[in-house]
Amino acid sequence: MSYYDNLTEFSDRVALITEEREKITYAQLEKEADEIVGVLDPRNIVFLVCKNCKESIFVYIGLLRKKVVPVLINNNINIQLFENLLISYKPSFIYIPEENQELGFDFQVIKTYGGYNVVKTTYNNEYEINDELALLLTTSGSTGSPKLVRQSYRNIESNAEAIADYLQISADDKAITTMPMSYTYGLSIINSHLLKGACLILNEHTLMEKEFWALLKEEKATTFGGVPYVYEMLKKLRFSRMELPSLKYITQAGGKLSAELAEEFSKVCIEKQIKLIIMYGQTEATARMSYLPWEYALSKAGSMGIAIPGGEFYLIDSDNNVINEDEIVGELIYKGNNVTLGYAEDYSDLIKGDENHGTLHTGDMARRDKDGFYYIVGRKKRFLKIFGNRINLDEVEAMLRSKGYECVCTGVDDKLHIYTTNENTESEIIQFISSQTRINSTAFKVTYIEEIPRNDSGKILYSALN
Amino acid sequence: MNNNVTYNDIFKKCFGLEDKDLNETLTYNSSPEWDSVGHMELIAELEETFNIMMETDDIIDFSSYEKGKEILAKYDIKF
Repeated sequence: MSYYDNLTEFSDRVALITEEREKITYAQLEKEADEIVGVLDPRNIVFLVCKNCKESIFVYIGLLRKKVVPVLINNNINIQLFENLLISYKPSFIYIPEENQELGFDFQVIKTYGGYNVVKTTYNNEYEINDELALLLTTSGSTGSPKLVRQSYRNIESNAEAIADYLQISADDKAITTMPMSYTYGLSIINSHLLKGACLILNEHTLMEKEFWALLKEEKATTFGGVPYVYEMLKKLRFSRMELPSLKYITQAGGKLSAELAEEFSKVCIEKQIKLIIMYGQTEATARMSYLPWEYALSKAGSMGIAIPGGEFYLIDSDNNVINEDEIVGELIYKGNNVTLGYAEDYSDLIKGDENHGTLHTGDMARRDKDGFYYIVGRKKRFLKIFGNRINLDEVEAMLRSKGYECVCTGVDDKLHIYTTNENTESEIIQFISSQTRINSTAFKVTYIEEIPRNDSGKILYSALN
Repeated sequence: MNNNVTYNDIFKKCFGLEDKDLNETLTYNSSPEWDSVGHMELIAELEETFNIMMETDDIIDFSSYEKGKEILAKYDIKF
């Protein structure tokens, strides 16, 4: 029995508060969830184009309860990338917000439910789905890869339990949403709070809008989470001077917070008596792998902490030997029940079972200090986190190449640097990449170079770019 | 330099817009570039160019091109 199977335990408690200040109890959530997925048969694949709104939550919970497998997709997805996903996975139904109805293409809208259209596709979906498969999430969905992460029912349950445990989430908590539901971090906030009978304040506003802060204050939010850029925004907004008596704790994940911001916010939070909990995770680990207990936010600033309850970390060197010494950098390996089943590239992969068997090679390089706290120092793979989104650099190069540009990509989190040998193409390249990835153009920088630096064997020398 | 022109130039530069886009229909989120990230850029440009430091309430209240002019008036920037 998972949390979504037994919502009547909390029946009269408020589960959801909407932007319009509508209060929806757990009993209502259960009823609406079952109704909105009424047309579906179990063990189908369904696309849910998500928003932080009640209908989206109803569909999500309804699908889990009915054992229908959702693919969660962000409402701002590029239509061509969405089409790519449709062709790869052939879902039987699509739930789409009304304002984005072109994502339904020529398929028939069979029902509308609040602000959502229920679309029935005409795909022949005679493919098999593994019994353990619960949910599919995109990895770098913004760069068009149809690669999805396969999450099991056990993954969702164990991670929600672990997170609720170390964050000490109680039924009195009220989490205000700050991230897309289709993003593993945003989704984990939803799972862990509904598990405990707590409340979710659903909204699509950003921290730069007064409506967000009004909602937070009026509905007395106790918590929210944020990727590193959220903390840049909090700093700009002078979070330290805000009166937010209801806030009890805030969390951070989705990339490494700079040492300066980590230190600054740990001090600010101590002053405001708010717990700051830095965390680390990946979609491939359902959501969270580690947390930094709030008491160590300042003394261990820069660390992402220790493994979550039930999880385990170790480091390996380039020969795959376990590193036992402190302060030696190696690849971070994680073991736990939240390690997902594996990937899928198209519908034929959905029959696959557990390929990881509870062990995840994170692809991140880390070190461990003498007290057993871990610090991420770099990445093995070529990707960046831009405002929380995972962007694969090789995929960006491929996208640009397909458009006729010769480019190489490097950069740091929140700033992707494109070097091109095509003259006078700066603004068109930025415009193209920004519209494909749906990421603000300020994240991209283009520099003209005469030729791409390569070594004698023709391999691109990324280190020679500066 | 004329404040109107300066203000317009900042919007054009930050959001890749043209003069014809700068009217009462231009609001937060109405242009794809004017999201929270774009808003941070806009505020930073305005602060630097007009040599002001905006209050939090004004930053989050700055929800449109027209509203922005009202807000900047509080900082003695006349249009």
